[in-house]
Formats: sequence, C-alpha cells, structure tokens
Amino acid sequence: MSANLTPRAKFATALLRTAAALSRATGRGDGSVIGGRVGLIVEPRLLELLADGRHVVLISGTNGKTTTTRFTTAALEAIGKVATNSFGANMPTGHTTALAKAPKAEYAALECDEHYLGQLLDAASPKVVALLNLSRDQLDRAMEVTALAAKWRQTLQSSAGQTTIVANADDPLIVWAASVCQRVVWVAAGQSWTADSAICPNCGSHLDRFGEFWRCTNCGLNRPSPQWSVAQAGSAVVGPDGRRYDLNLQLPGRVNRANAATALAIASLFGVDPAQAAPRLSEVASVAGRYAKVERDGRHLRLLLAKNPAGWLESFDMIEQGPPVVLSLNAREVDGFDTSWIYDVDFTSLSGRKVVVTGDRRTDLAVRLEVDGVDFLVVDDVRAAIAAVPPGPVEVVANYTAFQDIRAEFNRVN
Amino acid sequence: MALSTLRIVWLYPDLLSTYGDRGNLLVLAHRARARGIDVEPMQVRSDQRVPTTADIYLIGGGEDGPQAVAADRLLQDGALNRAAEAGKPILAICAGYQLLGSSFYANGRAYEGLNILDLRSDRGPSRAVGEVAGETAPQLGIGPITGFENHGGRTHLGEAVQPLARVTAGVGNDGATEGAWAGHVIGTYMHGPGLARNPKLADLLLGWAMGVDPSQLRPLDDTWPEKLRQERFGALSGAQ
Repeated sequence: MSANLTPRAKFATALLRTAAALSRATGRGDGSVIGGRVGLIVEPRLLELLADGRHVVLISGTNGKTTTTRFTTAALEAIGKVATNSFGANMPTGHTTALAKAPKAEYAALECDEHYLGQLLDAASPKVVALLNLSRDQLDRAMEVTALAAKWRQTLQSSAGQTTIVANADDPLIVWAASVCQRVVWVAAGQSWTADSAICPNCGSHLDRFGEFWRCTNCGLNRPSPQWSVAQAGSAVVGPDGRRYDLNLQLPGRVNRANAATALAIASLFGVDPAQAAPRLSEVASVAGRYAKVERDGRHLRLLLAKNPAGWLESFDMIEQGPPVVLSLNAREVDGFDTSWIYDVDFTSLSGRKVVVTGDRRTDLAVRLEVDGVDFLVVDDVRAAIAAVPPGPVEVVANYTAFQDIRAEFNRVN
Repeated sequence: MALSTLRIVWLYPDLLSTYGDRGNLLVLAHRARARGIDVEPMQVRSDQRVPTTADIYLIGGGEDGPQAVAADRLLQDGALNRAAEAGKPILAICAGYQLLGSSFYANGRAYEGLNILDLRSDRGPSRAVGEVAGETAPQLGIGPITGFENHGGRTHLGEAVQPLARVTAGVGNDGATEGAWAGHVIGTYMHGPGLARNPKLADLLLGWAMGVDPSQLRPLDDTWPEKLRQERFGALSGAQ
C-alpha cells in the first residue's frame, strides 16, 4: 500500500488529488480522469506503485462491468476497505485515481475497459481477473469482437501467470480467451446475444448449441463445467459445493443475478464466505444511476442503461409488462457514431404497449420501430416523454450519453 | 406480378452480419408486406446449401476471417453465381460486396472472389469510417444515397460495372465512387442499414424481383425514412 511510496509517487498522488478536487469544484466531472492524467505525468509508474501490495481484482467485458464491480466491492467490504472506480472511469487514469483516493484500502475492485486489460494486468498484478462477456459494441471505433477476444487470449497467455481467472462459461469468446490460463473458475453467467459467437473463435467451424451447452463441431472447444451458476428456480446462486446462496437483489433481471454469481465467485477467492457476502449485494439499489427510480408529476421512472444490442435485449428482459416504455438514442462520440446496431435488436416484444422515443437519433429509432411494426410516438426530450405518458410506472431505456442526459434532468441521480 | 410469395435469402448471417445487416432483410420484408405481398425470409447458414429458387439474395459485412471462409463456401456452392446469371437481384454489403469481385484482400493476402461483379478490392491507406453519401446514376431512379461505412479495403471497378454512386461525402470505393452495379446485382459499402436509409433502393430490388418497374409499386408512407434521410444529409452539409 501507499506507505511504501517513493517521494516522487507521493508528490504525484498529492497533485492527482488536487487536480481531481479542482475538476470537481469547477463542475467538470468527478475528476477521476484529469487527476489520474496529472499523477501519471509526474510519475509514469504511479498506477503500479499504488497497486503494489494490494489484493486487486480486475473486472472486464462488454456488459455488466460497472454493476459487477459494485457487487464485488460490496462483497469484499465484508473483510476490509476496498478501492474502486465507482464512477465508471475504467481506463488507467481512472484506476490510478481510485487507488490514490483510498490509500488505506487493502483491496481494490477495478472495472477495466476491454482494450486496457493487458496494460492493467502488467501494472496492477491482480490476484483475480473476471471476464464477463464479449459482444459487438461501438463498432465504428472499437475493435471487432473476435479480434478483441484474440488480443485477450494473447495477453492472458503472456501476463496472467499467477492470476486466477473468473470467466463466463456460457460465452464461447470468453472461454476461448480464458482457456489459455492455468487457473480458471467458471461461472454460468449466461449469454443474451449469441450472434457474435455462431462460429468457433478457435477454428472457424460451427458451434452446436443444445440448451445451455455448446461445442465446436470441429476442434472440440466446448462449454466448461461451471463451478458457479444461477439457480434455475427462485433467486439464488449455487456455489461449487452445491450450496445455495439466496439473493434478494434490488436490481432487476437474470443478467444481474448472473453478475451477482460472478461477484460471489470473486469474493470467495479473496476468502469471503459467500453466505456472508450474498446479503450485502441486496443493499445495492442503483449503480451510477443505472436502475435508479425517480419520480416526476406522478410518473415513476426506472432508468435502464443499455449501450449495445446485448444490453438492449437484456433491458427488454428486465422491464415490467404493461407500463409505457421510453427509448432514448444518441450517437455521440462515446456512444459510437454508427446506429446500425439497432437493427440487431428485436423490438417486436414492445408491440402493443405505449412506446415513446427521444434522443438525438430518435428518427433512427422511429424508422426501426416502423419496420418492426411497433407503434410509437416521437418527442423532443425526456420532459416531453414524461408528459406523453400517464401517471404510474414508466420504464426508460437509453444508451450512454442519452442516459447521462436523463440523469442530468434528475440531478445526476445515483 | 406473378409471384405468390417473395423468397428473400439472407446469406451466411453466421459469418457476415456485423453492422445491422439483418436490417436489409427486415426492410425488404416490411416494404413487400405493406403492399400485400407474402414474404418468406430465409436465413441460410454457411453450412447449408444456397437455394437456387429465391427471388432476392442478400449478403452482409464481416471481419476478414469469416469473409474468406464465406467466399470459399460460396465458390464451392456455386448457387449464387447461377442466381446472378439468371438475373436474380443480389444486394451485397461491405465484405459481401468485396467478395463478389475477382479478388479481395483479407488476413494479409489476396483471395479469389466470385467474379460476379467486374471489380477487385485491396487494402486502403486507412480505415474509412463514417457517414457516406453519393449521387446515383439517373437511370436507377433512386436519387441520392446515404449510409454509414466502416471498411479498410478499397475497390477498383472494371469496365463491365457502373459505380452505384459518385461520392459526395465519405470514401466509398476510393473517395470518388461508391459501390457498383451490373444487371440486377448491387454492391455497396453502405450499411446503416442501407435499405432503411434508402427506401427507393429497396423498392428497386423489389421491382427487379417482381419484374415490374419500381414506379408501379404501390407508394408507401415514407415520412420517417424521408425525415431520417434529410437529417443524415443535413448532418453532412452542416459538418462541411
């Protein structure tokens, strides 16, 4: 921990905190990115120095990183202080800030952008790396998804020597990437989007699927037996010894029960008894605004963030039957400028309910819904959307910057 | 209109379906059904035979590895070449477009294409990513086109094809032209998907499939697609 920091690293840490505080005070954000940038300029090895001596878990994947990191933090807090990048600043600048802000934390749960996994493996020497899933996301700027899995596989092969991998047995791309590692704990975390893994990532042949099982028809890559899974009935996680750990999550959906299973698997590698950790997960009510419930003029909105096809399909699985749905789509830089992925999402399940669309790219959504035969109303912003639905529950699904716009409307609800 | 059911084949979604390519199938089916035409969408995986009896063939975009595998399987299968010879409409996007030519570049080397369109593709100096737009030939009757492109290749047209459009924004084939067509075969770098943003292009394919001039198809209420087109063209003129 930071007791052993060099004078230079201490100076860098102090500057980092000052820069972050200034950024917050001037209303430019939470300061994680600018703080980390300043600290790393003064001491390029700052992340490595700050991580030294701590027990670190990295959590990466296309969807569920922020929530799983939050669950993991809640679970690890059963045994000690945890440094975490809870603001979703998931690149090295954000990690550096998270560690600098929690000098006394013995543990660190760090959400990691998919493209920085290798850098973080080298800098933070994690005890555990959790790999959730890989699917198409921001195709106009990100690497195509099989290429990303190949990069992970290479990275893990060269840098993951002493690290235990917690990996999703249901995602063939994850299994292929993780299978080069010596120590892997498999979690049956599900896969809501299978179109990016119809083909074996190892050899290009077809994958056969039978229910939850899958295998390559040529090279034999197949679904490993999971040690952790979500119980078929009820809301519980089943551990390696067959014990059930009841979940009482406030967060909705199958995908969050799977995130909980991953968090319990991670926590148990750190020596936390899952029976002690599971109740802590139910205290998580929202994650940086995701799943937050807000009220205006008698409309009770639940806010769901969905950034890519898998995320939208997961959201449609979470929403209650009946209430109106507000969909908001932007295509600013962090969202990706390309909206074509909305054609990978099946909207027909929204048919028959009131659907209101908004966001910068609401016209794209309108065309999309028309093609799927779903009736819709187009409005300028979230205020107009609220006015367009009757009092009562409302489900809101938005992609990244559209979601932030809606959060801003509700005082940046957490 | 002799067709009782319009059979639309979407080729190899397991290999080539990266940028919302399903959308082109959905848009064609939607526009046909809105005119009272029955549609049978057929998704054909790369381990299945390509049907010879379909009315429209669609093939989408993808990464290098799947593109090379798709070209190899289509060459062995032969049915797409026969469909082209029989004058069946074919719409090919991005990687699917490149593999209709004589050769394309993937995995660091050249591969043999299907030779359906007189063109060849190689690697460009940089990846072309962003909005693409162009003016199409008047005889196509579809007006300006708008889409989103994302490709590393450049395509060089031979004498037996016409460019689909003259580029007004983006890169397309080479910064000057975008896409290609010959007979009833169209190739383009536009996803977006292309047919959602260019409903007249969708109707051109439907007209070809049914043996009628697209102007004879019952007009549809295209308020939303038209608004989307104006927004996309407007975003380009605002950016320049």
